[in-house]
Amino acid sequence: MAGYLFGLMAICAIVVYVLATNRAGSVRDRAAEKTHSRPVYHGLNAAIWTGVPAFVFLLIWLLAQNSVLDLLILSNFPGAADMTEAQRSLVISEIRQVAAGNIFQDPSPEILAAVEHFRSLERTAAWAMVASVAALICAGAFLGLRVIRNRFRARHSFERAVTWFMIFSSLVAIVTTFGIVASLLYEAGQFFARVPFYEFLFGLRWEPQIAIRADQVAGQGAFGMVPVLFGTIVISALAMIVAVPVGILSAIYLTEYSAERFRAVVKPLLEILAGIPTVVYGFFAVLTVAPLIRSIGLSLGIDAAPNSALAAGGVMGVMLIPFISSLSDDAFAAVPRAMREGSYALGATKGETIRKVLLPAALPGIVGGVLLALSRAIGETMIVVMAAGLIARMTLNPFEAVTTVTVQIVTLLIGDSEFDNPKTLAAFALGLVLFIITLGLNLIALRTVRKYREKY
Amino acid sequence: MADAAASSTLRAPVDWQSAEMDRRRKARYAADRRLQIYGIISIAFALGFLAILVGTLLYSGYSAFTQSMVTVEIDLSGEEIDPNDIRAANWRSIVRDKLEALVPDVPRSDQRDYFNIFTSSAHFLVRDEVLADPSLLNRSARYVIPLSDPLDQLNKGSIDRNLPEEQRRVNDVQIGYFDQLKEQGAISKPFNTALFLNADSRFPELAGLAGAITGSFWALLVCFLISFPMGIAAAIYLEEFAPKNKITDAIEININNLAAVPSVVFGLLGLAMFLGWFGLPRSAPLVGGMVLSLMTLPTIIIVTRASLKSVPSAIREAALGVGASKHEAIFHHILPLAMPTILTGTIIGLAQALGETAPLLLIGMNAFITSASGGVLDASTALPTQIYIWADSPERGFVSRTSAAILVLLGFLVTMNAIAIFLRQRFERRW
Repeated sequence: MAGYLFGLMAICAIVVYVLATNRAGSVRDRAAEKTHSRPVYHGLNAAIWTGVPAFVFLLIWLLAQNSVLDLLILSNFPGAADMTEAQRSLVISEIRQVAAGNIFQDPSPEILAAVEHFRSLERTAAWAMVASVAALICAGAFLGLRVIRNRFRARHSFERAVTWFMIFSSLVAIVTTFGIVASLLYEAGQFFARVPFYEFLFGLRWEPQIAIRADQVAGQGAFGMVPVLFGTIVISALAMIVAVPVGILSAIYLTEYSAERFRAVVKPLLEILAGIPTVVYGFFAVLTVAPLIRSIGLSLGIDAAPNSALAAGGVMGVMLIPFISSLSDDAFAAVPRAMREGSYALGATKGETIRKVLLPAALPGIVGGVLLALSRAIGETMIVVMAAGLIARMTLNPFEAVTTVTVQIVTLLIGDSEFDNPKTLAAFALGLVLFIITLGLNLIALRTVRKYREKY
Repeated sequence: MADAAASSTLRAPVDWQSAEMDRRRKARYAADRRLQIYGIISIAFALGFLAILVGTLLYSGYSAFTQSMVTVEIDLSGEEIDPNDIRAANWRSIVRDKLEALVPDVPRSDQRDYFNIFTSSAHFLVRDEVLADPSLLNRSARYVIPLSDPLDQLNKGSIDRNLPEEQRRVNDVQIGYFDQLKEQGAISKPFNTALFLNADSRFPELAGLAGAITGSFWALLVCFLISFPMGIAAAIYLEEFAPKNKITDAIEININNLAAVPSVVFGLLGLAMFLGWFGLPRSAPLVGGMVLSLMTLPTIIIVTRASLKSVPSAIREAALGVGASKHEAIFHHILPLAMPTILTGTIIGLAQALGETAPLLLIGMNAFITSASGGVLDASTALPTQIYIWADSPERGFVSRTSAAILVLLGFLVTMNAIAIFLRQRFERRW
């Protein structure tokens, strides 16, 4: 339905564009004085007036329709006032299912009445939607065509509309951030209404597999995030142990030692590592790296878990190599030539120049890059979802399985998504923690990088 | 100067030719070489990892591009099938009889094992072929039916016959019949078109990527339609129009930060806002595309701003000088010149979005869906989430299919990046 309306809008806008352009052309030809705008601007302006209000209206309508319909049904449903949130969403989904024709058992008479109500509401809504969109299109086309006159500043009008679109688009970035913060805070707030704040922050046990229904057998549930955060730190640290030295050393070699041709071949190859989707790394970690680590561990007499932290962390480290390498590369390139050559002039070897002059001078940039990489490691999801464990353990042994914040978010939210039990909401609390940590790291890193760049 | 002269007289001159200095020099050069070797080792480690990664995927994935099939001659003219209601016929028994007739006398005790050689949906496949071409009802024709996963593995050599029977997933009875079929020449191993034409299935031999590819296509289309115009508009505004004040500064910092927010957080946003508050359908490519577009937007904005900046100001001034408005100067002159770079950046951004998995998992694009999606509102999977689903499946056949799916995904990524590189080299101007 909505799809046809969008199509209708597009067609109307094009038709109006052609009509308005022609009309403006004939107006111009008949006019005694010079016209302000070229016909094409009259056409564009009329097309915008035709299409855009209807488009915006329809978008808002579609976004709001479901929630409003739900509210309307519930307001008419007997006993809705004293139902819990879960019961309400259950009733609504049942009504919708029945209305869509998926009947599994005999629905109660209240439900059937509500379905009737829902259907009539839906019909009304559909008619109202079509009618208002059509009215908006007609009004826009009428005004857009009527306004065409010799003096009408169609170009200004069109450019103003474009400017508003540009402003709106730039605000989307801010709105997205607000959306992230708002949704995380709201859902996390719901979580903290059920689980005390301090228990989440300082609790040492994480056992979120609690009963969803009253009759299920499950653990009591514990939502202390310390072990989860601990696991995240362990895996990220392992990743950084791999990525930092390898990344910096390869950047040193590529910028300082290698021949230009070698660099031209190797650098893009390294960048490929950054372009591979993380789900691929995850699969590789499970398929190859984890069994390898397990067999190495067994041959050394260590009982390595099949989903050891080392496998996930190591593979993640490889993923981060090009990231650190290219940021260090930039940092080295930003060191002024004079410093390098001054060092050579004193008789230092290349290696000494790198260690004693370049590295200290480039250090802030490198640190910024490492911090950015760390924030990526903490937020990285698929590798750990596939290769790390599910059970939160406080251990530093890299051969054991640990879990991470992102793993918990994904496993808590895959499957059911009822927004009313602490298990689901806990994911949002973890998401909030993750967002705050990565935001902090990013801000520090970006500031370090920028400050350092200004220096030379 | 006088100080320097004095200190030099205090210190004995260094004999640079002495053995001690020679040792020192050698040690210094050795340290230099060591650093160089560490660098080479690091690069070798990274590239070696890449080689092993690609090699493993190729090695484990190539076999999924073929599928072992059995060809069976079925004459339907003798069967009593109502041409008006083809679905109603007892296809199961018809096809079973024909399959049984492939080898002489299968004893009752072996029947279970024997029929497990073929895919359990064989009768559906035959039925669908007849539905597509009802003239098959009146004649005999050859039908090509996939072998079930264990036998497929056996045929491809991934299952070792020499293992003891209890350690492999095909028993000796099945191997016996399989060898008979093979001797008759009924077994073939053609290109696995099902991998691209079928949607997901519980049975590896029937599972394909069609659903995932269309889902990814719709999601990317939505992502492109939202992020490309809005990204360019935002970049033009920030670069050319925005006054320099606190608000635009805040927007800039915001965009840089958004580019570094973990993808899973975008998934949480999509789940809470698009699904929770707006009530959009779960698992729909529309929602996936919207989430991905929010992630791609910063990339496109940053690229567009950089490319707008690189267009020489002489062009802008010339346009303004002959009386163009600011909008006209930008949209008619600067933007077209910046477009190749913007397109390059957009394609790279879309390639990133194509590989993004975590946000799609959170909005439910990991559902089990056995038909290709028909639009942006139908529940669907995407390529990376399909990889995740298959990677989680226990059947052995899904391991090679996961690798094959990854190869397909990497193929798309390589193509997109190649197009981006081509655009850059062909159209990008250096000023």
